[in-house]
Amino acid sequence: MTILDEMPALAGHWTPVCSYTDLLPERGAAVLVGDRQVAVFRTFDGALYALGNLDPFSGAYVMSRGIVGTRNGEPTVASPMHKQVFSLVTGVCADDPGVAVPTYPVRVTDGTVEVSVV
Amino acid sequence: MKDRKGMRLVVVGHGPTAHRLIETLAGRGFEGTVTVVGEEPRPAYDRVALTSYLSGKSVEDLTYPVPDGVTVRTGVRVTAIDRASRTVTTDAGDSEPYDVLVLATGSAPFVPPVQGRDLPGCFVYRTIDDLDAIRDASRDARAGVVIGGGLLGLEAADALRGLGLDTHVIEMSGRLMPRQVDEGGGSVLRGHIEGLGLTIHTGAGVGSIEAGPDGRVASLVKPDGEAIEAQVVVFSAGIRPRDELARACGLEVGERGGIVVDEGMRTSDEHIYAIGECALAGGMVYGLVGPCNTQAEVAAERILDGQAAFTGADMSTKLKLLGVEVAQFGAMSGALDVTYMDPVGGVYKRLFISDDAKTLLGGICVGDAAPYNALRPFVGKPLPGAPSDLLFAGAGKATVDLPDDAQVCSCNNVTKGKICEAIADKGLTDVQGVKDCTRAGTTCGSCVPMLKQILVKSGVDVGKALCEHFPHSRAELFDIVNVRGITTFSQLIAEHGTGRGCDICKPAVASILASLGRGHILDGEQAALQDTNDQFLANIQKNGTYSVVPRIPGGEITPDKLIVIGEVARDFGLYTKITGAQRIDLLGARVEQLPAIWRRLVDAGFESGHAYGKALRTVKSCVGSTWCRYGVQDSVGLAIALELRYRGLRSPHKLKSAVSGCARECAEARSKDFGIIATEQGWNLYVGGNGGFKPRHGDLLASDLSTDDLVRTIDRFLMFYIRTADRLQRTAAWLENLDGGLDYLREVIMEDSLGICAELDAQMERHVSTYVDEWRATIEDPDKLRRFVSFVNAPGVPDPSISFETERDQIKPVLIPLEVTRR
Repeated sequence: MTILDEMPALAGHWTPVCSYTDLLPERGAAVLVGDRQVAVFRTFDGALYALGNLDPFSGAYVMSRGIVGTRNGEPTVASPMHKQVFSLVTGVCADDPGVAVPTYPVRVTDGTVEVSVV
Repeated sequence: MKDRKGMRLVVVGHGPTAHRLIETLAGRGFEGTVTVVGEEPRPAYDRVALTSYLSGKSVEDLTYPVPDGVTVRTGVRVTAIDRASRTVTTDAGDSEPYDVLVLATGSAPFVPPVQGRDLPGCFVYRTIDDLDAIRDASRDARAGVVIGGGLLGLEAADALRGLGLDTHVIEMSGRLMPRQVDEGGGSVLRGHIEGLGLTIHTGAGVGSIEAGPDGRVASLVKPDGEAIEAQVVVFSAGIRPRDELARACGLEVGERGGIVVDEGMRTSDEHIYAIGECALAGGMVYGLVGPCNTQAEVAAERILDGQAAFTGADMSTKLKLLGVEVAQFGAMSGALDVTYMDPVGGVYKRLFISDDAKTLLGGICVGDAAPYNALRPFVGKPLPGAPSDLLFAGAGKATVDLPDDAQVCSCNNVTKGKICEAIADKGLTDVQGVKDCTRAGTTCGSCVPMLKQILVKSGVDVGKALCEHFPHSRAELFDIVNVRGITTFSQLIAEHGTGRGCDICKPAVASILASLGRGHILDGEQAALQDTNDQFLANIQKNGTYSVVPRIPGGEITPDKLIVIGEVARDFGLYTKITGAQRIDLLGARVEQLPAIWRRLVDAGFESGHAYGKALRTVKSCVGSTWCRYGVQDSVGLAIALELRYRGLRSPHKLKSAVSGCARECAEARSKDFGIIATEQGWNLYVGGNGGFKPRHGDLLASDLSTDDLVRTIDRFLMFYIRTADRLQRTAAWLENLDGGLDYLREVIMEDSLGICAELDAQMERHVSTYVDEWRATIEDPDKLRRFVSFVNAPGVPDPSISFETERDQIKPVLIPLEVTRR
């Protein structure tokens, strides 16, 4: 399974998922886009990130419930199941760089959070 | 002899020295057969810690593990050695052939030939059976006398005092502990011990021991005619090597006893070794654990064809007896000496120095043994500083650097060089690692503070920093939050840390804030600090669903409430199981079901069980005196009261407790963080117990407490633990790593030595008075409830990845095959 080429979002594929105020600072929320589960995170500085909600280590869809933080300045989330830490920017697992979760483009339009899942 | 594969090794005697021998052989891959024949009814146990048996340690706590493949015959005595046929005969009527025989028969207490010494009520102080007999005899006794004021005699006196006897000590020489202290030290020591209510008779002998009308000991009469009332008499007037087997088979023995051995611990028969207190090595019989262990290791090495030699041993001692530190190292005399004496504070220190004032020869300390660790390694070496400074060495920070060949652990003969080598080679980072690798600190533990210093000096960051975001330990963060009145993580990390935290520091800080009563754990910013379990007030399971555990205090529940739990489980399709903590687990709840489940439970009067939190879990109980015909106190009532008092208390790790209504201990209280066992007079409190990965029995902190005293002591124990423990450190590990251990804990929370008890009490009072049920507060707050959804954009859609199948009439998760994305 390869995920690297999913990154560039095509214009027009943005899906509105919730209002920006639905997201709490330094927490995640799960959203359903089609049949795909996406975890959307809001960091302390207000930036948004979106990752696949599947924790590749446990096989459970729980990434949105992890603890948001930083490692060496880079924003991260730790899987709530066994605490592996993933970069919110690249999706790469900092504890096992051979493993990654998909990342998705996310933006705010007029107070609405939109995710692009191709 | 060279072929060790078929070698038959027989060891006579199973005490600590024999144990060290077989443990060393096992560790070095000895391939022969090992048979140990011991006359005591149980395998080897820690005799150094013997007295702790009377204060609550069990036989199992003290017993050494028997290495795999070793045959131990307990309760069997060897009656003869036939050197020609190389067999030993036992009183079980059989014989054991040997290729190599090791005599580890130990010693027998010396009982002076005084009239009345065989009367019922006279004892010696050596085995667990002796202690059982002393304890039985003390039940109906008022007073006791110990004959002998040496190290072991004072230990026996401590035991009699602990058993509630009016205790006297009789010592022949002019001072207590004549082998370890001089006259000045002896008088300071005497002052301490008399202050505890013991009566000391020095320069005194025993005329006779007199029986009462019941034929049991009633008094002891001194040669001057003075009679001392005593129903218990303990002889502790020295030891005699058990060399009778060796004598009978013609082995060479010393004039005053002891089996003569060479440097390799070999007797006059090349197939027979002797080690420990039965051996006469270099004209000396050694009675301290350190030299005996070294002898065992030397013999093991020789059996394996090595060349180790025993050439004498450091007889230095440091101990704490009756609450007084006593230490002696090196020589007890010298051309010059420097003395410090404070009769008011009860401190005496004296250093002996060579006539050119350059070399340290030895020292004696009473009341403050801090210089012992710092200075013992310098015996025979140039003085590491001005003598007057050295008297206070070791106080506070280490003031001297040790040479590499300095012996740090005298019990196990480990040098500083060996420890540094292990730290470097094995990359050790903590005291436990050093203990595991080198054995240093594993016997009496007095060198543990030094191990820490060596780790620090070796450039090891002792792992104090919580994570990359805080250079502080959890205990330091607790103090910062407490003293500075910090209420948010953001304030704490902005002022004292870097970055935005992680899964290590955030829950730790959340726990500290909660321990200090800074609001509901899901209020405002605190919500984002919590682990998923605390975020959803439930325990996450492997498929992403949660478990629900309502509180059932003390394990007591009404039929109506049981029915509610059953109905909730049935209506929400949950799997049910009884937990080990006397409550009921409901598993398989989806995150969006949790509020509805809890609304039903809260309406029926249930509260959060905090199974998801690092917090008090349960106070388990046996059925107690209300129903049980053996119970002596109401264990259920106390368990419920304690569970309600400490419910919701956030701590560095989970807390478990139990109350047993009698000594049969059906609630397994000694495996808990704090366990209570009823006595006829009140409650015994045990702390630091643990089940789990590394089981540990709790230590007896205090006996026969009233309920009020018990609760106050637990309050302080818990708050002191919460304040000072590391993150995720259970009370067992905390207590083991606490400098000064149980005695120190007692000083802090029962004698208020740090002056913090009022604050600890106030913090617990605040916890008790501000407690609210987290689940009730959550279902009453729409803001908090908003987070319990499957998808923010599709709250009505359950997570499609969660599905169940049926097993034994209940649900079971269907797991998605794992598909790890490798790049």
